[in-house]
Amino acid sequence: MTRSQARVVVTGLGATTPVGGDVASTWESLLAGRSGVRKLTQEWVADLPVQIGAPAAVDPSEVLPRVEARRLDRSAQFAIICAREAWADAGFSGKASEAGLDPERVGVVCASGIGGLTTLLSNYDLLRDSGPRRVSPLAIPMLMPNSPSANVSIELQAQAGAHTPVSACSSGAEALAYAVDMIRLGRADVVVAGGTEAVISPLPIAAFANMMALSKRSDDPTAVSRPFDKNRDGFVLGEGGALMVLESAEHAEARGARVYAEIAGAGMSADAHHIAQPEPTGRGVVTAIRKALADADLTPDDIAHVNCHATSTPAGDIAESVALNAVFGDRTPSIPVTAPKSMIGHLLGGAGAVESLATVLTLHHGLVPPTANVDDVDDDINLDIVRTTPRKLDDGPLAALNDSFGFGGHNVVLAFRRT
Amino acid sequence: MASTEEIREGLAEIVNEITGVPAEDVQLDKSFTDDLDIDSLSMVEVVVAAEEKFGVKIPDEEVKNLATVGDAVTFIEKAGS
Repeated sequence: MTRSQARVVVTGLGATTPVGGDVASTWESLLAGRSGVRKLTQEWVADLPVQIGAPAAVDPSEVLPRVEARRLDRSAQFAIICAREAWADAGFSGKASEAGLDPERVGVVCASGIGGLTTLLSNYDLLRDSGPRRVSPLAIPMLMPNSPSANVSIELQAQAGAHTPVSACSSGAEALAYAVDMIRLGRADVVVAGGTEAVISPLPIAAFANMMALSKRSDDPTAVSRPFDKNRDGFVLGEGGALMVLESAEHAEARGARVYAEIAGAGMSADAHHIAQPEPTGRGVVTAIRKALADADLTPDDIAHVNCHATSTPAGDIAESVALNAVFGDRTPSIPVTAPKSMIGHLLGGAGAVESLATVLTLHHGLVPPTANVDDVDDDINLDIVRTTPRKLDDGPLAALNDSFGFGGHNVVLAFRRT
Repeated sequence: MASTEEIREGLAEIVNEITGVPAEDVQLDKSFTDDLDIDSLSMVEVVVAAEEKFGVKIPDEEVKNLATVGDAVTFIEKAGS
């Protein structure tokens, strides 16, 4: 197997999540163990079996001008907000050519799990109630799953390619893997990559609830998402996303960019087992982790931290623990892990992006955010779960993994390195 | 029936709502595409909103003939009379 020697580094971060409208507030909330899960207040929630969710902490309508927002599905609104923050954070301003970049060397990879579902549903309501003439001419450009990546490419004048991986809850991580490939293959020098999701609405909530995927507890919202805890009973639907600016190390160095971390490798696999159930032995996850380590030229002994997928479902969390133990063996109980979904819920196509961003910041600051609500660890979980307060990591070079798995059996593991 | 100025004002409100162009810029001599920078998708939105507001039908094949705000006002006046 040959691969390009190009190293890929993270030079800009952007996020809007259930615990913060930007990267700084999101990171602060994660370190504080603060949950963004709330009782939903929309009228339609009354008839639903699940009445909690993790809405974006800052509504995009508070950030984007009205006219701009009305032409974008909420998932694309999140993408534009994240892209602007990440772009500025990387030291760029204006479109690619204004920022001194060759537009043909700038790419976008923005993932989605379900696309512009709420735009589709609201236009279906118009069709049914008011007739075909009232369906918006913007419906298709808004609801197509590639709308966030296309809009970001227009925003930044990114002409190297705009792509949209779709692999359910691993989509955001797959976007980062795709971006790494673009840079390694020489297709781009700079790629803005990540994912967003915005489907807190009755149909997806009813559907996920009927899959038995969502927690049905509604009494104490901030305590509902409890990965690895004995009393976990499903995930909480969140929304938002994250985008990062990735660059070839050479390009970043040439312009003197600040580097948060390196994305050293990616590993992917498919369970080929069941459309919704995790494969119980975790073999697909093990394969993805080993591929990521090999791709990054790392061994299991190099890994100092794992940012887990851990959605708080009974079967999924155990399968992930089994897989980590299979890879790390006796060392497993000494590797601090965390599960951000305990605070931000499950952002579906945005999850892998936000959690990778958390992994990057964990390496950058040397601090592992705690997992909330782990009051009583499940006897079948054998992991060193960081709880209550952040855990300090050693100084110097370190490597960490981010796990992301999706309905359909998609497994994506990313390896990050602090150099 | 609304006066020419009332129709222009109504149209200006719609254009402002959909595109953010200031209502006072929506004058009879202005071209939707060249002066007001309204793309074809937004134009369809403007047309559908105008149909609703003024109780008229503006067929798709007619839309391409509505180059200026004045063209649209004239069409709506005729269609409504």
